[in-house]
Amino acid sequence: MTQIHVTTTVNGDEVEFLADPRETLLDCLRDKLGMTGAKEGCGTGDCGACSVTVDGRLVCSCLVLGVEAEGKKIETVEGMAEGEKLHPLQRKFIEHAALQCGICTPGILVAAKALLAQNPDPTEEEARYWLAGNLCRCTGYDKIIRAVLDAAAEMREGV
Amino acid sequence: MPLDSKTTGFKYIGTRPDRPDGIDKVTGKARYGADAYASGMLHGVMVRSPHAHAKIKKIDASKALALKGVKAVVTRADFPTGLEGEDWNIQENCMAGEVALYDGHAVAAVAATSLLLAREAAKLIEVEYEVLPHVTDVDEAMKPGAPAIRAGAADYSVPEGLHPNVMRYIEYGHGDLDAGFAAADLVMENTYKTEAAHQGYIEPHACLAQLGSDGKGEMWVCTQGHWFIRRMSAAVLGIDVANLRVTPSEIGGGFGGKTTVFVEPVALALSRKAGKPVKMVMTRSEVLRATGPTSSSSIDVKMGMKKDGTMTAAKVTMRMQGGAFPMAPIDSALDCAFSCYNIPAVHHEGYDVLANRPKQAAYRAPGSPMAAFATESLVDEMCRALKLDPLKTRLKNASREGTKASFGPTFPRIGLVETLEAALAHPHYAAPLGPNQGRGVASGYWMNWGGETSVSAALGEDGSVTVSVGTPDIGGSRASMALMAAEALGIPYENVRVNVVDTGSLGVNEPTHGSRATYATGLATIEAVKQISTKLCQRAADKWGIPAEAVIWEDGCAKPSGPNAGEFPPLAIGELAAEMGGTGGPISGHFEATPSGHGGSFGTHIVDVEVDPETGYTSVLRYTVVQDAGKAIHPAYVEGQFQGGAAQGIGWALNEEYIYGADGRLQNTVFLDYRIPVASDLPMIDTVIVEVPNPGHPYGVRGVGETGITPPLPAVANAVHAAAGVRLRSLPMSPPRILAAIKAKG
Repeated sequence: MTQIHVTTTVNGDEVEFLADPRETLLDCLRDKLGMTGAKEGCGTGDCGACSVTVDGRLVCSCLVLGVEAEGKKIETVEGMAEGEKLHPLQRKFIEHAALQCGICTPGILVAAKALLAQNPDPTEEEARYWLAGNLCRCTGYDKIIRAVLDAAAEMREGV
Repeated sequence: MPLDSKTTGFKYIGTRPDRPDGIDKVTGKARYGADAYASGMLHGVMVRSPHAHAKIKKIDASKALALKGVKAVVTRADFPTGLEGEDWNIQENCMAGEVALYDGHAVAAVAATSLLLAREAAKLIEVEYEVLPHVTDVDEAMKPGAPAIRAGAADYSVPEGLHPNVMRYIEYGHGDLDAGFAAADLVMENTYKTEAAHQGYIEPHACLAQLGSDGKGEMWVCTQGHWFIRRMSAAVLGIDVANLRVTPSEIGGGFGGKTTVFVEPVALALSRKAGKPVKMVMTRSEVLRATGPTSSSSIDVKMGMKKDGTMTAAKVTMRMQGGAFPMAPIDSALDCAFSCYNIPAVHHEGYDVLANRPKQAAYRAPGSPMAAFATESLVDEMCRALKLDPLKTRLKNASREGTKASFGPTFPRIGLVETLEAALAHPHYAAPLGPNQGRGVASGYWMNWGGETSVSAALGEDGSVTVSVGTPDIGGSRASMALMAAEALGIPYENVRVNVVDTGSLGVNEPTHGSRATYATGLATIEAVKQISTKLCQRAADKWGIPAEAVIWEDGCAKPSGPNAGEFPPLAIGELAAEMGGTGGPISGHFEATPSGHGGSFGTHIVDVEVDPETGYTSVLRYTVVQDAGKAIHPAYVEGQFQGGAAQGIGWALNEEYIYGADGRLQNTVFLDYRIPVASDLPMIDTVIVEVPNPGHPYGVRGVGETGITPPLPAVANAVHAAAGVRLRSLPMSPPRILAAIKAKG
């Protein structure tokens, strides 16, 4: 099938790739751009391991076509840290041992960052419902929720 | 094996440092199974049977092979013949021979230059089937008239007259059962059923394989144990293990399910045929249809109890289907059934049964959760009938050091009593409950495992230490190994680097399974780094001109010790390491063993639920896990194991199940329909780490990974009974089933 030329911005950098119209944004990020931070856990939008934002909106990149990225701004887990400085969520996830195998972690970090962008002071319940689309099979979510709430508190204090 | 043991006065053990692989895993840099690429790589896709049981009459790949970019197709004809026993089972499961045995069974595979093309080609492979009668339920599979899945394959243990689907039979026990039941004031007997649940790791199976026509190959794979993958793949393909080098990726969850092969030998076969590297990544539907969930079970339990709660006798009969292959975990299920209690007379019977389902794989404490569901539900029912406190009744009968275990041996030092006492004293147990709310408790056991283990440690020129281990880090084990090495050497945690290395770098290591990694790899790590400190003491002794026996290792330094050692300033590891090239050469340590001092771990859980009487929906309000860790090396990751086990158990209890249609096809093949617990389903999960040191580990470690999934099934059922007044003896306790039970009660 004819490939379509796509120009888009990923984590602030302009990138180009050729996409088969059937390929998902997740396929394109991973296989064309070498950005394997987003993971495919299900391919049906149920697990959230492929979470990215498109123009600020949290999406499952397995449910977005690569060609739809044309002219958009994509943010992935690879863009969360600034140089060697980790995002507070990333730091708190390590500090709270909020990951075991770590496969869901990139998606959960992207989703949690999107939560805090619109709700800097979520309750435990709000955090749990926001992250209900991100499956984790290892942790039982306890330490994940604690890490998110702790990062939110730190970010509110502007540390 | 004599081990120095130390259970108090630790400097690093018991602290909570950041895990060494933390930054890689929060920045997306960590490379998992599907994150590998090779130049000229092809993509492999499997063709799977749409039938539960069907004779494969013909496979025609000509249309697929005619597509430009399709490089190879393999079927069973591309694999060697003559395999026996479990090797044959594994080969048959990876690629069907004459008969497709379950919905999703692989029948062919294709490799092409792109994934889209490979998928297109897979659809063009024409398979002609003759559909055969099928059976998916364990009780149905044992009935006269049920289709025989592999007639004549049963082993010698099966008594005559049983259905040919019964592959193995086990019977054992001790004590006078009749006298025990006669001495009881109450005898109760019930039947319990559990459905198959999937491990539900978020990362689908994935590998990147390369195999030459000379039989030499390499593979990158997400697995709990790459030596297992090497041995099984080599057996399935008929090549030598030494010619296959397997490198483990980071692993995105396993829970037992990634201790065997599914796509790996097929990817190697495609690679050999095409002459190029082949990547194979399963879809979620393939994971659910064709990798190993746990067994489903049907269990009869009978118990006798005196009015004061003393257990007098118990009998269990367990029927488990492990898919279309033998080895459902009846052995460990039976061993765990009454392991929590000191009962004078016990009897166990088990049936390992075939059904047209995928080959079961290990799932966290294989068999134990089902056994606990039956026994711990019955114990709760009997405590209700006799108006006894369920925790105090468990305490009264609890196994302890010196108890003859229900499965034969005498227990060494174990921690069940301590977990029950901690649960009784926990504020959760006395907290008030509201309307439609109820509390349940249950205990559980897993025997844990040691297993083949090989570890190397090498001293760097600056005094830092590299530890090479063969057990993939599935939940923070690099941190635990680094802590144990740091403790043993007296050097900072940050000065130890732990690498998970490939099959070419160490002797055989069993997988990260059986709750063995922190125990066995930890033990080997401690012993390997101690060889480094012993060698450093020798170097210091040579330098000082005194005997090595007069030098001790303390706080990362060699020090003279004893009356005739003389006065020398301590020599730090960094100083000794800097000059090792000139004092005798490189210094390393190596330790290999199959340690068998793994101590079993007991746990007791408390759960509060609320059952909506109008919908039958169960909310988990509060959850507390109390478990014996022996010694928690990194307590945060021990808590994580407790919490994760509880969450999986809650999912199995309330919602997860394999649903087969009348056609024998799996109906819930995506995460939307096979719904595992999400964040909004669960409360915080409180943990209490009990530490009853295991005498079989230098620092007292007991494995903690598996026990935690065992108590939730009955604990939740007991809580549902307390909340809604109905007893659910079949899992899952989904809303429609609870609602039906409430309505039936009236």
